Formats: sequence, C-alpha cells, structure tokens
Amino acid sequence: MKYESQKIAYAYFAVAMALFAIQVIGGLLAGLIYVFPNFLSELLPFNIVRMLHTNSLIVWLILGFFGAAYFLIPEEAEREIHSPKLAYLQLIILVVGTLGVVVTYVFNLFEGNWLLGKEGREFLEQPKWVKAGIVVAALIFLYNVSMTVLKGKKTAITNILLLGLWGLALLFLFAFYNPGNLSLDKQYWWYVVHLWVEGVWELIMASILAYLMLKLTGVDREVVEKWLYVIVAAALFSGILGTGHHYYWIGTPAYWQWIGSIFSSLEVIPFFAMMAFAFVMVWKGRRDHPNKAALLWSLGCATLAFFGAGVWGFLHTLHGVNYYTHGTQITAAHGHLAFYGAYVCLNLAIFSYAMPILKNRDPYNQVLNMGSFWLMTSGMVFMTFVLTFGGTVQTHMQRVVGDYFMDVQDQIAIFYWMRLGSGIVVVLGALLFIYSIWVPRKEVVEPGPIERDRLESDPDHVAAES
Amino acid sequence: MREVMTKSMARNIFYGGSLFFILIFLALSAHSHWYIVNSENSAKLDESVVRGKHVWEKHACINCHTIMGEGAYFAPEVANVMTRWGVLDDPESAFESLKGWMEAQPTGIPGRRQMPQFNLSDEEIRDLANFLIWTDNIDAQDWPPNEAG
Repeated sequence: MKYESQKIAYAYFAVAMALFAIQVIGGLLAGLIYVFPNFLSELLPFNIVRMLHTNSLIVWLILGFFGAAYFLIPEEAEREIHSPKLAYLQLIILVVGTLGVVVTYVFNLFEGNWLLGKEGREFLEQPKWVKAGIVVAALIFLYNVSMTVLKGKKTAITNILLLGLWGLALLFLFAFYNPGNLSLDKQYWWYVVHLWVEGVWELIMASILAYLMLKLTGVDREVVEKWLYVIVAAALFSGILGTGHHYYWIGTPAYWQWIGSIFSSLEVIPFFAMMAFAFVMVWKGRRDHPNKAALLWSLGCATLAFFGAGVWGFLHTLHGVNYYTHGTQITAAHGHLAFYGAYVCLNLAIFSYAMPILKNRDPYNQVLNMGSFWLMTSGMVFMTFVLTFGGTVQTHMQRVVGDYFMDVQDQIAIFYWMRLGSGIVVVLGALLFIYSIWVPRKEVVEPGPIERDRLESDPDHVAAES
Repeated sequence: MREVMTKSMARNIFYGGSLFFILIFLALSAHSHWYIVNSENSAKLDESVVRGKHVWEKHACINCHTIMGEGAYFAPEVANVMTRWGVLDDPESAFESLKGWMEAQPTGIPGRRQMPQFNLSDEEIRDLANFLIWTDNIDAQDWPPNEAG
C-alpha cells in the first residue's frame, strides 16, 4: 500500500461484504418462498424479502465502488485522499441509512409517512430521509475525491471513474421526483435505473477494470487508456438512447420502439469490447502478478457481463420480442446474470486484488477464492438457464396462449426448484468468498515447482505490493 | 490500434459523441413528456387516482406484482386487472371486486402464494381501484398481448 489513506477502502469493503451476505441470504429466502409459498407469509412477506434482496445488492455494489475509488484514486492521482475523516463520516451516514432501511422494511414502520415511511417505487423504496442521507453522503464523497484528483495527477482512469460517480449521484436526484402520472413516473424512474446500470455504472466498471488490468498485466498505460475511452464511448453512444427499450409499453410515443430496439442492440458492443480488452491485455501482459484470483474475477467479470448484460439483454430487447417476454422470468434471468457478471464480479475482483494489499500480506487462500468464483458462477449461470427456460414456457403459455398467471406459475414450478438449488450453490460460494478474504491462513494447495520457482526467482512475478 | 487512433482522439470522440447523444435523448425525453401530459388519459388524472397510486406505493405492491410489466414477477400483472375482471367501465363494480379481493387476503391456502392483509379503508380501496382503472386506460401500444397480462 503506497498511500496511508487507501486504508479507507478496507472499511467500505467490510461493510459491502456484510451486505453481500445479507443480499444472497435474502435471495435464498425469496427462492424458498417461490417453492414453499406459505413460508414466512405473515411474518416476512415476499415483497419485504425482495426489497431487502434488491436494496442490499444496490447498496453493497455502490459501497464497493466508493471503496474502490478510495483505493485506486490515491495511486492514480499520486497523493493522499483529501480528507479521510470525511470519508469515514460518509460511510457512517450510509451505514445508519442502511440500518434505518432494514428496520423500516422488516418492521413495516411509519407506513405512508412522507419522510420516514418506505416509498413504493421499485428499487427506490428507501424512506425520504435515507434518500437525503444518500445524497449528503454522495456529495461528501464527490467533494473528497474530486479535491484529491484536482490537486493530483489526472489520468483517464480517474477521469472516467469520477465522471461515472458524478453521473451516479446526479441521476439519483430523479429518485425525488415522483409524479402522480404513472407514465411520467416510469419515464423518469428509468433515468435512475437504466442510466445507472446501462450508463454511468458502465463507466465505473470500465475504469476499475482498466485499473485492474494495468496492475495485473503491466501493460502500457497508453494502451489501456485508449481502450478505456473507446469502451466508454461505445457504452454511452448505445446506452443513452438504449433507454428507449424501457419506453415501449409505458404510455410513451411509438418511436421509442425503433430507437430502443436499435440502440439497445448496440449495447452488446461495449460489453464485447470489455471482454476483448481484458483478454488482449492478459495476452500482451508484461507481468506475472501472483494474485491469480483477482485476475480470474476480472476476466470472469468481463466474460459474464458480456453474456449476462450483452447476450441475455439482446435476447429480449427487440420490441417485437419484448412485446411477449416483457415482465416474465426472462427478465429475471437477464437481471440476475447481468448484475452478477457486470457488477458483482467487478466488486469481487477489486476486493480480491485490494484486500491482501490492505491487510499487508500476500494473497492467501487463492485456491479457496477461485473455488468460490466457480461455485458462484456455476450457480448463477445455472440459475440464468433455468429461469430462461421457465420464462420461455411462461411467455408461450401466458402471452401467446393466454393462460392465467397463477396457472402458468404452477406449471413452471420445476424451474423454481432448480433455481432454489442453484441459489444454495451461490450462497455457499458467497460465504466461501468472504471466508477466503477474511480468514488468513496458508494457501490450502501447495504451489508446484514451477510456481515456487517463479515466486523465488522471477522479479516480474511480483508479490502483493506492501 | 495505435496507428488508427491516438488516445486524445479517442477521448474527444467519447466526450463529443456522448454530448451529442445526451442532447438527442433530452430532446426526445422532452417530447415524450409533452406527449404523455397531453394524452387523452392524462386529462382524466384526478386526485383519487393520485391517492390510489400512493396506496399502491406505500404497501410496496410492486415487489410482488408487475404494473405495465415492471416490478416483481411473483404475482399477476395489475395494469390490466380491471379488464381481466370485466369491470373497467364500471368504477362501482371495480371497487366492490377489489374490496372483496383485498379483504379475503391472505387466503392461507396451503401451496398457494399468499398476499398480505393490508387493512385498507374503503376510501383507500376506492382510490386504488380508480388508479388501476386509470392505468388500464393508458395507451401502452397494445401491451399486454392478452387479458392474462
């Protein structure tokens, strides 16, 4: 660790991983309720469980982004974070808000209260006071990192990362605008939801991935940064007008069907470019970094994001297809693999890379960590497949034949059982990941002669930076 | 790629191009906003509908149901529920049907998905019914494809 203030990331990653555990356990509960519908039905109804599942996901991903920014900006800007105190204050605000959200949802407090009660728009259910806290925390963060970068060295990685984080914060302001007209509500709701995950979050993703590639492969900065600009250009050129694929059936004009279909199809390109980028950088690599787990997560991120966000997104984005698949398990399949590939894997990659450095030790438990990658990934991929099959049957029965929703759901129960099974694997993988990061021990598998020799004699086979 | 494009070219394309697409998007957004508020259905948006939307929101209905295809996929689509119940043109029957439904929850039937009891007042049920009728009348380009939602 070159700069003392990088240590801030440690606290952010810790909270993020705790929420990650809550998120997957929430997912497991939701999966259980699908197959045992009477389970917890009066104590903790499905809608509450789902809010915990989605909200904790969003919060831990953002905490991971914040932590990643605090970790990589000092190195990029070549100076300490402007104010570590403010960074910790920001984290405290976010933790208090998160606890407030959990208590409000679970005990159903202050229902209907304009300030304290939960708000009922999907993913933006947080009470207004928590939303205000998020804005304050985001302002503190932006002030802190912008000051650091302004006084320090400016690189393409920090430029794009900051642009993404500024966009994230500014777009969140639309969470406060909730018109009584449902069509308008939806139009601007997507300003937050779509322009986050298919817009500015991609900037954050690409810049963190670029940083990881720079560190793990040792490729020239010039090359990495040129790729970075091309990728984010592709992301925004397609993603901004790609918002149109959410404007097909909400009461907006019909021209969105063409604009949305064309531009959201192009959203595959930045994800393909990120995958190509990651593999080309490894191929051109000049450095044999010992943190293989971080590399596996980085490559896995780029690959799974391409399939989850790119291919599975394209699967149902054309308006002629979406007319039938909209709001079925097809959407759920895409949502799960896209979030896992693009943003979960990205965070786990930066955790895997940064935690050994933050703990000032070599990257131990690499085999366990990589095992957790395969467990979680196979679980998520299997879940995506079964939901896709279930969704295909649902689309046909419900949207083509016209059978009623609940009758169709009964017919596709087998897929929900398989989803539960894959969910258990994901939870085990997530817990194994957290264990491998936090519990330092010796490597469970002894390195063979080649790896041992490289560690001892090859100066380019760098140990974790201390 | 070094020969084809320099880093500063890539950067300028990114900033210039993004600005271009943002401007187009904002212009189309403004038109869509205008289109929505001037639609025939928006003229019928009254206070009861808005109150009904708030009832829908404060109970987090969207985390089980979809509305216009968006939400959770655990429970049926509600944007066309009034059509499905055959009460779209009759607010009084819509109210009665919804009241009967809401008061019967949760059914407690083993193996059936359970909807919580929200203890809505008659006033709230009436507003919610009006909100669902209004939503059903949005011109959503003929979506959903059929009554099943």
